[in-house]
Amino acid sequence: MSYAIEGRTGPWEIVVGLEVHAQAITKSKLFSGAPTAFGAEPNSQVSFVDAAFPGMLPVLNQEAVAQAVRTGLGLNAQINLVSRFDRKNYFYADLPSGYQISQYEHPIVGAGQIEIQLADGTTRQIGVTRLHLEQDAGKSLHDQHPTKSYIDLNRAGVPLMEIVSEPDIRSPEEAGAYVRKLRSILRYLGTCDGNMEEGSLRADVNVSVRKHGEPYRTRCEIKNVNSVRFVMLAIEAEAKRQIEVWEGGGTVEQETRLFDPNRGETRSMRSKEDAHDYRYFPDPDLLPVVLDEAWVAELKAALPELPDAKQARFIGDFGLSPYDAAVLVAERATADYYEAAAAGRDPKQAANWVTGDLFALLNRTGRTIEDSPVSAAALGALLGLIADNTISGKIAKQVFDIMAETGEGPAAIVEARGLRQVTDTSAIDAAVDAVLAANPDKVADYKAGKDKMFGFFVGQVMKAMAGKGNPGLVNAALKARIG
Amino acid sequence: MVFDLTLAEARAGLRRRDFSSRELTSAFNGAIAALNPTLNAFITTTPELALQQADAADVALARGEHGPLTGIPLAIKDLFCTKGIRTTAGSRILDHFVPPYESTVSANLLRDGAVFLGKANLDEFAMGSSNITSAYGPVVSPWTRNGDNRPLVPGGSSGGSAAAVAARLALGATATDTGGSIRQPASFCGIVGIKPTYGRCSRWGIVAFASSLDQAGPVARTVEDCAIMLQSMSGFDAKDSTSADLPVPDFQAACKRGVKGLRIGVPREYRSDDMPPEIETMWQQGLAWLREQGAEIVDVTLPHTKYGLATYYIVAPAEASSNLARYDGVRFSSRTDGADLNELYENTRGAGFGPEVKRRIMIGTYVLSAGYYDAYYLRAQKIRALILKDFTDVFQTVDALVTPTAPSAAFAQGEKMDDPIKMYFNDVFTVPANMSGIPGISVPAGLDAQGLPLGLQVLGRPFDEETVFAVGAAIERAAGFTAVPGMRAGAGA
Repeated sequence: MSYAIEGRTGPWEIVVGLEVHAQAITKSKLFSGAPTAFGAEPNSQVSFVDAAFPGMLPVLNQEAVAQAVRTGLGLNAQINLVSRFDRKNYFYADLPSGYQISQYEHPIVGAGQIEIQLADGTTRQIGVTRLHLEQDAGKSLHDQHPTKSYIDLNRAGVPLMEIVSEPDIRSPEEAGAYVRKLRSILRYLGTCDGNMEEGSLRADVNVSVRKHGEPYRTRCEIKNVNSVRFVMLAIEAEAKRQIEVWEGGGTVEQETRLFDPNRGETRSMRSKEDAHDYRYFPDPDLLPVVLDEAWVAELKAALPELPDAKQARFIGDFGLSPYDAAVLVAERATADYYEAAAAGRDPKQAANWVTGDLFALLNRTGRTIEDSPVSAAALGALLGLIADNTISGKIAKQVFDIMAETGEGPAAIVEARGLRQVTDTSAIDAAVDAVLAANPDKVADYKAGKDKMFGFFVGQVMKAMAGKGNPGLVNAALKARIG
Repeated sequence: MVFDLTLAEARAGLRRRDFSSRELTSAFNGAIAALNPTLNAFITTTPELALQQADAADVALARGEHGPLTGIPLAIKDLFCTKGIRTTAGSRILDHFVPPYESTVSANLLRDGAVFLGKANLDEFAMGSSNITSAYGPVVSPWTRNGDNRPLVPGGSSGGSAAAVAARLALGATATDTGGSIRQPASFCGIVGIKPTYGRCSRWGIVAFASSLDQAGPVARTVEDCAIMLQSMSGFDAKDSTSADLPVPDFQAACKRGVKGLRIGVPREYRSDDMPPEIETMWQQGLAWLREQGAEIVDVTLPHTKYGLATYYIVAPAEASSNLARYDGVRFSSRTDGADLNELYENTRGAGFGPEVKRRIMIGTYVLSAGYYDAYYLRAQKIRALILKDFTDVFQTVDALVTPTAPSAAFAQGEKMDDPIKMYFNDVFTVPANMSGIPGISVPAGLDAQGLPLGLQVLGRPFDEETVFAVGAAIERAAGFTAVPGMRAGAGA
């Protein structure tokens, strides 16, 4: 039932904890007024504070604090009304001041939790240990010159929220679900865009393995994994490596490793002995962060509906399956689209259209739901035409394709192309009679017991009516004639 | 003779148009050119820029549109970043650094019309008590002992600022005080220097030594001159998160308040058997003057003061070791190349920092290291809180404290240099004010038997510089200190 990796000595359980670095959405950096936009010319978004010029001082960006608090509230976590910034000291060329300003002992957010949903329909609570604010470093470019390294400080000082999980994760699938769910919550909150390609969300993955019922064994940390798929692959590769080490009679050493997606393996980056002594101490340039309880309450009151609550509402109010509801709420834009399209319509039918035809269309055209060729209102109108029997579900698919193609509204398409459904029973009766008359042998077969011929007759009638016959009425007319 | 004017007198003269700022500035430019080769009080002089500023000041004065310091020539400690003017912090590693920005404090002075004569010498990164650690050579005190021509130290780290003011090479100077670097050189050079409350002056644009202790302040020849300068230098600055968002009181008015009815504390822990009798005598004399002017003298106790120096030499190097990490040769400081990044760091920092700076980086790195942090840094912070509590308690019952500024008069270059700990002992009376953030002033009270100035220190409540000025001015009035150093502008005339 639960996930295990089969080794030579039997099944192994894996234990995973994640440290996710999420870039907080802010206009300016954590401690300076320089902008944070992605993709700018190298070193074009750097203030003297970011470059750690002599005498420059950090000033805390209040919006970054608000984003961290919103995120903490979204994770049902404890908000620490007093927190503090520390200096993490180490030398590197892309760390201008020689220290990173981070929160070590007193983070702004304490314990919280995230509920994840697995493919088998089960859910699990994964503990969040803490969330703290810290500044990002710059970027070293080693491939621009044969002997020199280049430094781009655009990222230096960008606000990050480091979200640390408990070692509660027990499978690659759970790890994937955790990152996706966290990303979804962050995007709902508007506190991080979750864009892993641009590096605004990345994960350090702590992995260990153990036999069932054992205490934790030594863990390794895989740094800077930048996609959900790689998180899952890295865990599996690292767990298998550790199992081989243990089963070979060796000992797993605590170390920092990197995941190589091309080879599908992790490799050592630095051992525990090479670990930095970061010499943390409170940053004397900054005062403790003291939050006003009323301000936190204000932020809380202004939080949007989050995916868990929305999913529960979709299930409860709309009768959707947990799976469909989960698919629809994963992205806020999808949920908003769905709710707009389903307003006043059959909610289950709307869900099928969104997760089926619409998603297929978006896939095919490479568009996102925000710039969908078919708007939520237009899809809603189409659903209305089905509901009032103007068109059949089958014709609706045709109309949908034309809407996607031309951008025209569904009613106009139906009118212009004469796709309105035929509900005139005399016309249907006439078509039925013609089909039966033209196929006496098939009628005989049917009467002799070949029940599946009924479908053939329906098809022939619909074909004769150019697909516009009301399917219910066609069925009823046939039944009346041939029983 | 303009050199004998105080800042306040020069200001009045300028406003009366007795002389122009150009005349005044030219005189100081000339004096610097004549004496700086001996005193080495300035690392960089900016005579032409000073004249331009003086001309602008004269235009403003002619229109009657003067600010509080319009046309007043000042020296700026070379720890304050000055836009377009090389700022070295006394270190080889910043030999070529020309800041593209102006520190808040020096910008405030420029806003108020000041003229900048140049950048004053200092101990490297303000680490020192004698100005011998400057990479640009030691500053020589304008004072000498009676019958002894050996060069004396001016104190430190603001030794260039203090020597320049004492030798009449500027009407005042900016300085900074992390463990006594304003008050001790003021005492050694027979001038006045005030370290205001931590947070009173913005630290923005001042090269950092120890961020939780560094505080800017002025040195000048009178208490009133310091009040005038501090008035301009002070004020809230949103760019410094530790800057105090409080109104700046009228410091000049406070100088005239008198001490009648004030309770003055005498902390018994500042008395020691090693203290030279002359300093003890002068201290008693100072207390007698205050009593005569109507103050009540009370014995008080500051039980944790004895730990002040030891904890200071943990906290300050710890912060310095981190603050100085940015001088890595990658962006703006002088670089000495290496085969790889680590070698570049080692070569750059090995060549760029002097021995005292290296010593403090080593101490600071050590006390913050895993396994030592709790025993040193954390413990020092706890004692620091107790030192502050001592002051808070004592200020429940007294309005100010009076102590000697330093445990000795100025010493000769070469004396006390064999043992860094002996040198650190210079800061024993001044460090507690930095550890607690309270304001302190040093006022010249007399000369020792060798003819060298001795200062008295007045400490006050946080953000109560007014009382500190009032008591300092009372001592100044009673002392009638008129002694002048042998080496000074206009001395031969």
